Amino acid sequence: MEYLEFELPIKELEEQLDKCQVIGEESDVDVTQTCKQIEKKLLATKKEIYKNLTPWQRVQLSRHPNRPYTLDYINAICGDSFLELHGDRSFKDDKAMIGGLGKIGDQTYLFIGQQKGYNTKTRQYRNFGMANPEGYRKALRLMKSAEKFGIPVVTLLDTPGAYPGLEAEERGQGEAIARNILEMTRLKVPIITIVIGEGASGGALGIGVGDKIMMLENTWYSVISPESCSSILWRSWEFKEQAAEALKLTAKDMKKVKIVDDIIKEPLGGAHTDRETTFKTVSKAIEDAYEEFKNLSPKDLVNKRIEKYSEMGVFKG
Amino acid sequence: MAWFKRKEKGIQTSTEQKKDTPKGLWYKSPTGKIVDSKELEKNFYVSPEDGYHVRIGSKEYFEILFDDNKFKELDANLTSKDPLKFEDTKKYPDRLKAAEKKTNLKDAVRCAVGKSKGKDLVIACMDFAFIGGSMGSVVGEKIARAADYALKKKLPFMIISKSGGARMMEAALSLMQLAKTSAKLGQLADAGLPYISLCTDPTTGGTTASFAMLGDINIAEPGALIGFAGPRVVRDTTGQELPEGFQTSEFLLEHGFLDFITHRKDLKNKVNKYIDLITNQPLRA
Repeated sequence: MEYLEFELPIKELEEQLDKCQVIGEESDVDVTQTCKQIEKKLLATKKEIYKNLTPWQRVQLSRHPNRPYTLDYINAICGDSFLELHGDRSFKDDKAMIGGLGKIGDQTYLFIGQQKGYNTKTRQYRNFGMANPEGYRKALRLMKSAEKFGIPVVTLLDTPGAYPGLEAEERGQGEAIARNILEMTRLKVPIITIVIGEGASGGALGIGVGDKIMMLENTWYSVISPESCSSILWRSWEFKEQAAEALKLTAKDMKKVKIVDDIIKEPLGGAHTDRETTFKTVSKAIEDAYEEFKNLSPKDLVNKRIEKYSEMGVFKG
Repeated sequence: MAWFKRKEKGIQTSTEQKKDTPKGLWYKSPTGKIVDSKELEKNFYVSPEDGYHVRIGSKEYFEILFDDNKFKELDANLTSKDPLKFEDTKKYPDRLKAAEKKTNLKDAVRCAVGKSKGKDLVIACMDFAFIGGSMGSVVGEKIARAADYALKKKLPFMIISKSGGARMMEAALSLMQLAKTSAKLGQLADAGLPYISLCTDPTTGGTTASFAMLGDINIAEPGALIGFAGPRVVRDTTGQELPEGFQTSEFLLEHGFLDFITHRKDLKNKVNKYIDLITNQPLRA
């Protein structure tokens, strides 16, 4: 397990607890009381730390190296029923964007999501979860196909942004994202969107327009990453904490301005500390959301979605 | 002693007292060509010598596109709020006030309906002078309402983009304007109404990832910067040297993302010619 800086007090207590248990096993000294005390203190410390997370600490948690990624969710939720589908049919298969069909219970869903890697090699292979235009076009191709067969769409958002590369620009990164956004506003099947890690700007929204938008508790969603915001507005990388604060990018803030509908609770300490529970909660959230929309006619569904987005924004006059 | 003999050495006049031509009489284009301002105005704000298209705002575009500069402005009084209490080195409301004072504009887009070559056209035109033409809630709402107006009156719609992207001070709310505006364009498309996107210098970020690239035709002025990620970001991320002309209108035309590039003096004719052709109407003279 890797620890973030603000988690160090937890690390210390967990190490103490380990030692205590070892002593108990290896000697005749009765350490049950001491162990219990440490456990109690550990839980209290965890509660204290995770209850008072700053926006920047949440950003850090959303990028935690042990955090589950898109395919972890899908494989856990769908098991053997998952069938991955590849390619945009015009340029190539983008490894940073994955898609495929899978079952929850009796219902088939189309899953789309940005995929990150878990070590140096796979991180490069997945381009750090930064999709190219062909990734967005693959997503759209799959969504159109799901629409044709009346299959609901689930998108899992986890990206530091769309890839800002030379070739990405040549192949129309902006156009690819714009096209997805437009088509998703009028797709005739329910779309359920969950931010499972980082929701950075157009790169996230490019698969993020839906009927039900949810965020896991320790994720962020905004128009720009705190680092880039700091570098543009403060002209230095040093103000990322302030930027994270100013951007109001946490799930709670996003719910307040009605951009997300629900917050999905994570286990104490974050999604990675108890993956099984996280997967179960997310699976349930998908099923519940589908229940809400499955009986709407395509026309009502689309009208409701357009209405939802028409209401976003705050202004005078 | 001769009366013209210089008594003191060197030039003594202080800089402030030196005679100068009043500001605004001349314009200097990036290639160094000097143009008389009146001349520039007559030439659609394009430098006659090198064809440089000077950055202009909604006032000038409306003048160019609407007959006799006659139009009705739509939702002129929408202004920004500060829903996130955003503060960086400056408070957002202070930035808004400063921008309003500097530009005499209420926000970064103005929408209007008027006759262009005798037929009604709805235009939403961005103003770069107002916080870099950034798109926040007001820009999104005004564009959405202008599209609604076009829908209701069954009129063609045009957006003139000139923007650095989404407005950071409204964070995710500005991001959602991409979806809001795109949803409206989808409705226009379903109603069979033409939508023309004109990209001008610069069209980057959130605008490119939404309405700027979603026209039935996407057109641009010559030499405009158009792209999703800005050139500096691309260079810093990839470490690659950018080819000459990267992300210019000509680059986008070559890569298949624009239908054509038009000189500003031909803009009105070409836009209306397209509208006549696509709606199967007789061509207006």
